[in-house]
Amino acid sequence: MNSKQQAYDYAREAFFSPTGLSEQHLEQVFSQLLTQDTTLADLYFQSARYESWGLEESIIKSGSYSIEQGVGVRSVCGEQTGFAYSGEITLPALLESAKAARAITRAGQSGSVNAWKISAPQRQLYGMDDPLASLSEDDKISFLRQIDSIARAASPYVQQVMANMVAVHEIILVVDETGRMTADVRPLVRANVSVIVERNGQTESATAGGGGRFSLDFFTHGNKAQEYAEDAVRKALINLDAEAAPAGSMTVVLGNGWPGVLLHEAIGHGLEGDFNRKGTSAFAGRIGEQVAAKGITVVDDGTLEQRRGSLSVDDEGTQTQCTTLIEDGILKGYLFDRQNAALMGTQSTGNGRRQSYAHLPMPRMTNTYMRAGAYDPAEIIASVEKGIYAVNFSGGQVDITSGKFVFSASEAYQIENGKLGKPLKNATLIGNGPDVLTRVSMVGNDLQLDTGIGVCGKDGQSVPVGVGQPTLRIDGITVGGTATA
Amino acid sequence: MIELENRFDIATEFQAMAERVLEAAQAKGATAAELDLDKGMGLSVEVRMGQVDKLQYHRDQGINLTVYFGHRKGYASTGDFSPQALEDTLEAACRIARYTSEDDFNGLADADRMASYLPKLDLYHPWELDADRAIEMALQTEAVAREHDARITNSEGAGVDSYAGMSLYANSHGFMGINHATRHSLSCSVVAQDGASMQRDYWYSVSRVPGLLESADSVGAEAAQRTVRRLNARSLSTREAPVLFVPQMARGLVGQLISAISGSSQYRKASFLLNSLGQQAFPGFVQLREDPFIRQALGSRSYDAEGVATQARDIVKDGVIQDYFLGSYSARKLGMQSTGSASGATNLLLADTGVSFPGLLAAMGTGLMVTELIGNGINGITGDYSRGAVGYWVENGMIVHPVEEVTIAGNLKDMFKGIVAIGDDVDERGSIRTGSILIDKMTIAGQ
Repeated sequence: MNSKQQAYDYAREAFFSPTGLSEQHLEQVFSQLLTQDTTLADLYFQSARYESWGLEESIIKSGSYSIEQGVGVRSVCGEQTGFAYSGEITLPALLESAKAARAITRAGQSGSVNAWKISAPQRQLYGMDDPLASLSEDDKISFLRQIDSIARAASPYVQQVMANMVAVHEIILVVDETGRMTADVRPLVRANVSVIVERNGQTESATAGGGGRFSLDFFTHGNKAQEYAEDAVRKALINLDAEAAPAGSMTVVLGNGWPGVLLHEAIGHGLEGDFNRKGTSAFAGRIGEQVAAKGITVVDDGTLEQRRGSLSVDDEGTQTQCTTLIEDGILKGYLFDRQNAALMGTQSTGNGRRQSYAHLPMPRMTNTYMRAGAYDPAEIIASVEKGIYAVNFSGGQVDITSGKFVFSASEAYQIENGKLGKPLKNATLIGNGPDVLTRVSMVGNDLQLDTGIGVCGKDGQSVPVGVGQPTLRIDGITVGGTATA
Repeated sequence: MIELENRFDIATEFQAMAERVLEAAQAKGATAAELDLDKGMGLSVEVRMGQVDKLQYHRDQGINLTVYFGHRKGYASTGDFSPQALEDTLEAACRIARYTSEDDFNGLADADRMASYLPKLDLYHPWELDADRAIEMALQTEAVAREHDARITNSEGAGVDSYAGMSLYANSHGFMGINHATRHSLSCSVVAQDGASMQRDYWYSVSRVPGLLESADSVGAEAAQRTVRRLNARSLSTREAPVLFVPQMARGLVGQLISAISGSSQYRKASFLLNSLGQQAFPGFVQLREDPFIRQALGSRSYDAEGVATQARDIVKDGVIQDYFLGSYSARKLGMQSTGSASGATNLLLADTGVSFPGLLAAMGTGLMVTELIGNGINGITGDYSRGAVGYWVENGMIVHPVEEVTIAGNLKDMFKGIVAIGDDVDERGSIRTGSILIDKMTIAGQ
């Protein structure tokens, strides 16, 4: 069976079989929803099952299971959006939601959809099997216990180990005003460990983890218990020896992989189509301008197989793609959903995403990363006379209008005379999105993506994302430590 | 009007549903069970540049169920209230409990701690508002903001939100509580431009009572003023200076305290204020009270997420920490009693030190007044604090220029001890009510 039919069959099974809904009913809903002013409209059916297990103090302290299911109904007239949703998937609930969503336009009902077309991704980026069932409960629990024992064996200073494993199986069906019906079946798994270490009354912590759109045996086959446990303990112990970070503007070398959160905050959000259509982003109207040093190329790529930020189709049924944001230092493009693309006279880039059926889609990132450059990472560190080397971050935030962004280092080191020195305590880096990349003087040849733990928040909605970059040297960014000397 | 129609019928239906689910749990062998049921509906209107932007209707419901088999626990939730879904959810919770560990500290809160007296908190005030009137009000708010100053060139819009909800909590001790509450807000965010400088800021009003919201004119004007005054902000050179947190930012400092003295941080030894009961964490003039019983307040609650009675109490007295925030689990871990905090803190009131906001500026003399913080650079275990800040540079008690692209850094233990004064400019909107807080010294990093 081809994957197109298979995903749609999953969706029918989830949304239509139990409720008795049919295509004929959808026609009724669309004739309630559409008016002569409607520019786009869709129904978003979602069913998601979540399971999580948590270990703490060497016991399985928590477990949870939940089902989120419902349908969101949207009507768009140009810039205006009407939206209603229901946790009940029934014809009366759909009709009521359609009537409420249509209220955005003063025009009367007009229009219908009566030809349906099953559409599907050209590329299926992940399997459809239920990840919740991909390991037995005993194996899930024994994975968490393994993390615990490895972490505790790794150092006598380990006081607390908290580990959890989460699996989500989601089925979506988007039905739009053209009669296009697009289904997607999405697995998502994640495992995290957080350790607290104590030595001579001093306490520190660190986390590690990973995940993606695959089954849970990724963790057990790949010996991830050991990798995550040892990584978390290593980082926590380093923090015990860390000194106060310096304060002021200095040269910073960012490690590869997760430090790509820089791109997400400094560049990515500012290039989302909604902010640029409205002209409220510091990047608005700057296509074609140089916003990064020559040689720098940044993309948002939703098409990477099995990555946490990837989607075979976005939440509006649009094929995802690899969108070039910055090419050789020049600003090339924005990220679009259907509505903002239409308003700016262009096509969706497959970045229309939403947290759930109860939220409206918006332009959102998928996997955002910088392409590799020419330098050996060791050469980059060796080039710095005095500065810091930041390899892990705990997250960031941006003001898209002023362009100012921050991100907080959780693992960093001094660099003196080209050599790595003492570890430094949590320091926040702050900069200006539209010019920080113009100060990049060296780009490493070691592009890496993060391990699959990213969550992006915007307007109260959270979605999974990925980031990545090679090692980078930035000449002058403000480091917010406490040591002013 | 956004209102739960037939809310008393729904309450009756919820009670019956809760009883059925608790009985079914016991029939499956659970030794104890607890659940909460929620239902709510709302309307959100957003306008932008004088036009309706979004009209959203919310309708939410959910059940969260926890079962105990002795000291093993399982949890499941669903938004589907059909008998089959409830049955499946119960089954899922029981399945989970087969795999979780025995944990002596697990279980319902003690039966003798259940709230027996439920004072009237007056939290339910539906708004006589339809979409048209909400749109009109949002348009008015945005128009005031946009007309306020020629430098307001763009808008993120204005919004009106109204939400009405009810929740029921019940457990197998026989406790059952039902709560009806509303929440309404009016907000506005605009963009100002002056040459190359572009800034955005916002203001909002929120209340359980529609009549207590600030007017459209006042929210719009405040949003505009706050935005325009940020124009032409610049960085500072790196230095040490006193820092004044305006009430909206001071609230975050109180939040850091609460998190540090909450039960889970204490029993995990993950707090910069570990074992701090009876310790002088603040100067002697600092007084913080929790009061769950303020009528119409956002944080008011007469019982917590485990049915335990909440209590009005001192959290910090004369600078000394008096009490933690404990649910039954962390209380048992610590050998203490639940403080009725299984849902977190209720309303918190930080007493002022009898000084006005201009008085605080004068007392600071030269330093940084912080109006916005970004990023999550707070380590709750060590107290290390480093965040991006926006605000104003102050010299001799007078604002000199707006500031951006700096960080402020220090350690929360030192910051708490370094509080110099607390203003009487209390922001009454949220559940944490505090005036501005002046701190003696932090490191400011800039260009």
